[in-house]
Amino acid sequence: MSDVRKMRVLIAKPGLDGHDRGAKFIARALRDHGFEVVYTGIRRTPEEIAAAAIQEDVAVVGLSSLSGAHLRLFPAVVEALRKADAADIRVIGGGVIPDEDIPILKDAGIKEILTPGTPVDQIIKAFEDACER
Amino acid sequence: MPVNVDIEKIIELLAKRDARGIAKAITLVEDNLPGVDRLLASLNPKNIDACLVVGITGPPGVGKSTLTGELVALFRSQGKRVGVIAVDPSSPLSGGAILGDRIRMMEHSLDKDVLLRSMAARGKLGGICGSAGAAVRIMASSGCAVVIIETVGVGQSEVDIVQLADLTLMVTAPGMGDDVQAMKAGILEVADLIVINKADHPGADSAALDMEAVLKERGIANSFTKVHKTIASEGKGIAELVGQIQLLADSFLESGERHKRRLKAHDMEVFDWAMEMLKTVVEKEIADYSAEKRQDPRLKANGILSQIMKNE
Repeated sequence: MSDVRKMRVLIAKPGLDGHDRGAKFIARALRDHGFEVVYTGIRRTPEEIAAAAIQEDVAVVGLSSLSGAHLRLFPAVVEALRKADAADIRVIGGGVIPDEDIPILKDAGIKEILTPGTPVDQIIKAFEDACER
Repeated sequence: MPVNVDIEKIIELLAKRDARGIAKAITLVEDNLPGVDRLLASLNPKNIDACLVVGITGPPGVGKSTLTGELVALFRSQGKRVGVIAVDPSSPLSGGAILGDRIRMMEHSLDKDVLLRSMAARGKLGGICGSAGAAVRIMASSGCAVVIIETVGVGQSEVDIVQLADLTLMVTAPGMGDDVQAMKAGILEVADLIVINKADHPGADSAALDMEAVLKERGIANSFTKVHKTIASEGKGIAELVGQIQLLADSFLESGERHKRRLKAHDMEVFDWAMEMLKTVVEKEIADYSAEKRQDPRLKANGILSQIMKNE
């Protein structure tokens, strides 16, 4: 019997941006580090992502956005989780995000922002840390 | 994640059919956390008995998830609450998994009466019948009239999983191999209904003929040995398939076949849990004995088991 709990995370792409190469890369990297990764695919609404995260009982939701809509979409996922009484599920964001937006997103409850060029070990570490509650 | 979960709270949420409660309960079973026995004992046996459990299996890429999504839509149109357990393999190297069945079923994600849970096989010794079976009962107990277990049909443990079901659909598609492939031992032997999905693709008719021949050779010549053709991506053939599922489910209920299958599934799950529990004990014994490696492995295994039985 396992005394270690399996790390379960969900990777999703909110909004209309259809470029999911980055999201899939992260999903594979997490799988290769022993995570169970639920992947929901592209063009999801914040409410759909929150509902999926709850049903799958994940510890962390990783969001990817390359379209520039992160300021609207990432906080909307945090809000949808809060509304569903699941504020304990943590949100990590990644993608093309200007430096000046990072403090705004963190204030809105995004735990970590990972921008292009972040070493994969650091990404894994961010998800591991977020799984520790 | 904290191991001190509030069981009472989960049981309370479960009774309210709350999605979070159901999800937490399934995690409790999957991770085999303390309190799981109490939780499983609190389930509603009447609901579990009333639930129809459908197994869906077949090779990768034939459209199982899309078909499952369509079946869910049809059962929902009948006002039924539906649960789906989608099982995917775990990586034998890292233990991780990518669970992607939701992609094809996102249309249902905001429907409070559709519960979808992805499960990784986690390389468990007796397959994952134990945890998948418990997840079925948790969903059924929370009012699901239908629970679908979907899994890739490639190995023995997947065959075991679908045997948890009251009836099993085997899904294939044109171009997945000839009748010799279909004759190979495995999933075709446990399938009750055979579906050729992507029936608009070339080769659908010959694939259907191959499958029909296999069914005839199995010697079960009844009205259910007909091969069904569907185009799940366009919703074609779904209503007919659900009609057949319901007819077959009724006939199994009447003939006592369903009762027989539930008993068998029960024994299989007991075996699975027992193996899982035994594994922990054996692994500890092996770790304790590791200094002395010269003895023959079989003799050592025998010694360990004698030791365990003496302690009981």
